[in-house]
Amino acid sequence: MKLVDNNINRRSFFKKTALTGSGLILGFNWMSYGSLTKIETLNQLPKEWHTINAFLKIAENGMVTIMSPNPEIGQNVKTSMPMIVAEELDVDWNRVTVEQSPLSNDFDRQVAGGSQSIRKGWDSLRKAGATAKQMLINAAAQQWKIDPANCTALKGLVKDANGNSLTYGELASIAASLEVPENVKLKDPAEFTIIGTERGNIDIKAIITGKPLFGIDTKREGMLYATALRPPAFGQTLASFDDTEAKAINGVKEVIAFGGDEKENILNNKIAIVATSTWAAIKGKRVLKAKWSVAENAESTPKHDEAMKALLDTEPKESPRKDGNIEQAFAEADEVIERLYEAPFLPHNCLEPMNFFAHVQNDKADLYGPIQTPKWTQDTVAEQLGLKPENVSVGMSRMGGGFGRRLYGDFATEAAQISQLVNAPIQLQFTREDDMTAGTYRPASKYRIKASLKNGAITGYHLKEVAVNRNMFGLIPHFFPAGAIPNYQVDLHLLESNITTGAWRAPYTNFLAFAEQHFFDELAEKLNVDAVQLRLDLLEQAKPVAAKDEAIEYSPERMQNVIRLVAEKGQWNQNLADGIYQGFSAYYSHNTHVAEIAHLQMVDDMPQILKVICAVDCGIVVNPLAAKNQVEGGIVDGIGHAMFGNFSFDEGKPSAANFHQYRLIRNMEAPEIEVHFVQSDASPTGLGEPSLPPAGGAIANAIYKATGQRLYKQPFVEALQSSRTKL
Amino acid sequence: MQQYTLNVNGKPYQVTADEDTPILWVLRDELNLTGTKYGCGIAQCGACTIHVDGNALRACIMPVSAIGDKAITTIEGLSEDGSHPVQQAWVKHDVPQCGYCQSGQIMTAAAFLKKNPQPSEEEIKGAMHGNICRCGTYNRINAAVKTASEK
Repeated sequence: MKLVDNNINRRSFFKKTALTGSGLILGFNWMSYGSLTKIETLNQLPKEWHTINAFLKIAENGMVTIMSPNPEIGQNVKTSMPMIVAEELDVDWNRVTVEQSPLSNDFDRQVAGGSQSIRKGWDSLRKAGATAKQMLINAAAQQWKIDPANCTALKGLVKDANGNSLTYGELASIAASLEVPENVKLKDPAEFTIIGTERGNIDIKAIITGKPLFGIDTKREGMLYATALRPPAFGQTLASFDDTEAKAINGVKEVIAFGGDEKENILNNKIAIVATSTWAAIKGKRVLKAKWSVAENAESTPKHDEAMKALLDTEPKESPRKDGNIEQAFAEADEVIERLYEAPFLPHNCLEPMNFFAHVQNDKADLYGPIQTPKWTQDTVAEQLGLKPENVSVGMSRMGGGFGRRLYGDFATEAAQISQLVNAPIQLQFTREDDMTAGTYRPASKYRIKASLKNGAITGYHLKEVAVNRNMFGLIPHFFPAGAIPNYQVDLHLLESNITTGAWRAPYTNFLAFAEQHFFDELAEKLNVDAVQLRLDLLEQAKPVAAKDEAIEYSPERMQNVIRLVAEKGQWNQNLADGIYQGFSAYYSHNTHVAEIAHLQMVDDMPQILKVICAVDCGIVVNPLAAKNQVEGGIVDGIGHAMFGNFSFDEGKPSAANFHQYRLIRNMEAPEIEVHFVQSDASPTGLGEPSLPPAGGAIANAIYKATGQRLYKQPFVEALQSSRTKL
Repeated sequence: MQQYTLNVNGKPYQVTADEDTPILWVLRDELNLTGTKYGCGIAQCGACTIHVDGNALRACIMPVSAIGDKAITTIEGLSEDGSHPVQQAWVKHDVPQCGYCQSGQIMTAAAFLKKNPQPSEEEIKGAMHGNICRCGTYNRINAAVKTASEK
């Protein structure tokens, strides 16, 4: 494990305009949202705000506004990132309000993805708070004409040794005019009073009272509502359309083809329906008559499966990691075990369907909505419209889920195209059917894993991936069991497809972790070793390798720690009630180590997951209340998609369009979850994704104990149902 | 287009809409009550749950013409200030992740507790089973409903 040196964006600390009038601040965000309670309790509204740096401003009454730079998709960064600033600033959390910052060059990486917001923001957020605190101290020292070293700051107050004190509010205007200090001292984790404490979601009041927080809630002067009809199958293009009936719908203003690109010689292949209400736009779409070309290169799941299996028997396009000599290990083995694991495409199904607001005018464009990649959107829309990026503004709403889908701003670029064509501000709304059938799916993938056993040890391990459109990310070949097995190789094969695919929560590992963790369960059985002990032994073997090999991604020690913790808390191998079965799984991803034990029973030949016990090492836990929520959610998501998630294509046409055809996990299927964090002073790592990958393996291993059936394909429910039919 | 007088959160509203317009879109687009969410449009996810004469119903499939003079309550009208015991329990358990489904969850829970003020854990799960939470906050939802039932 390497400590990553974050490049701090110095621009964040450059001096801003010294004074910011209150008019700028007391806008929509402030008055309408959850911060209202705090203002009420203070019983006075701030009159003047002083911007200390890009991350924060302080009012004359001591109120602090902290900007949350990253998009909020439910991973809680809008609460947790400002907590880090507030900690180093040393201010009472009750005096803090949070604003979603706009897209700005002041901040690095305004992205929600890869579970990296906290990890990559850690240093700059701390420095933002600490720098501001030092400036407040310097301001006080200047007033008192003493050395700043003789001043201390605590809970919004600067003090000297003689008992003099000034509040942050009193100091803010002077502090804002001072030099920005180059080097500031950060707190020792033992001094933390906000980080590591449970703080409720900053938007909770707005959420529970139904305030307009989400992209779909956008209202602007003169705004029209748009839907779009897109090709029903991948590979089809628009031939012609008849809009007579659509235009007859009350409220429909325009029906217009779009989506082409003259430069690229692409013809329009979508039709926008623009109306005075969402319902009119939906109705217009329903009655719009379009003719589509016969799908060229139409793709179907059975053909994908055949092609992918065939590819696994060919030379790989790349072998990103090769240790020792697997051929020799297999040749000398007592036994060779080979298994094939198969994963379907998956839609993301964010509960807030894709949508975006766009208002394109001659020389500028305003965009607003739910997007994980606002910078990408700004650049892409600017290029598409021939505008300078600085003339394209992209505002970030709170998002009704992301899961990777909103990394791809196709809906934002569509909204911009439509707004330009109809010359009006528009809110583009996907119906659920649009959302599920015009997706950016998790690519289908297959893993063939082969291991050699000799003299009671695993001597060789060969992982072959075949995936649609893109292979595993570059770090993944260096995850466990790399380093733990002397002869180890990863091969990659690729199937190109015209189906749009992309990142889906914990890309690749969301399935690979199940495949490997179920495979190791089988190996443990073959070797007649306890499944937990096998992992601990392999990690012991990995230690000397990881110490030398910079490429090894995980820490064998930290992995052993979470495994031991979960074994203890999850009553591994202790007597359980009759009919209760356990499964174990552990996985490192997004810089975080996780181990899980599932307890389940079989009811009518189907698993009922009763409980999942989880141990996590994510370094310092910034906000335990929210961190636990993330871990719980990842486990529920992992179980849900492993059990039920299925999606396929027939001649390019998606197999499901709405929730009556696509099963998501529901309330009664969610197990009880117990989360244990490893105490740590290490810098925080990812948490939005890492609890998901191990979940599928934990339940598959428990299902095997209960039924004797190994599972090689997701969703599990299909294999379990078909074996039940055979009985 | 027809004229309708709707009783929403205790106030009368005049709206003009096609008779097949789901009440969801009347609330959201015409009355600017956007707390009621669109999730699926086919009564499968529960994000649009509202109360009609105290019963939890899916606004996405209920046409405006079927409402008549029935009293509609949306999340905005459940309480003046978020003080309903169910809303308070949601705060206590810090239920939401993304938050999108939660107004529907709260409306389902509030109607359920009115009919069954002291439910068992199994009854809570059963009552909440029709509302999808894509983030998987189900355990917190159940704990919050339990807390609200103890008020």
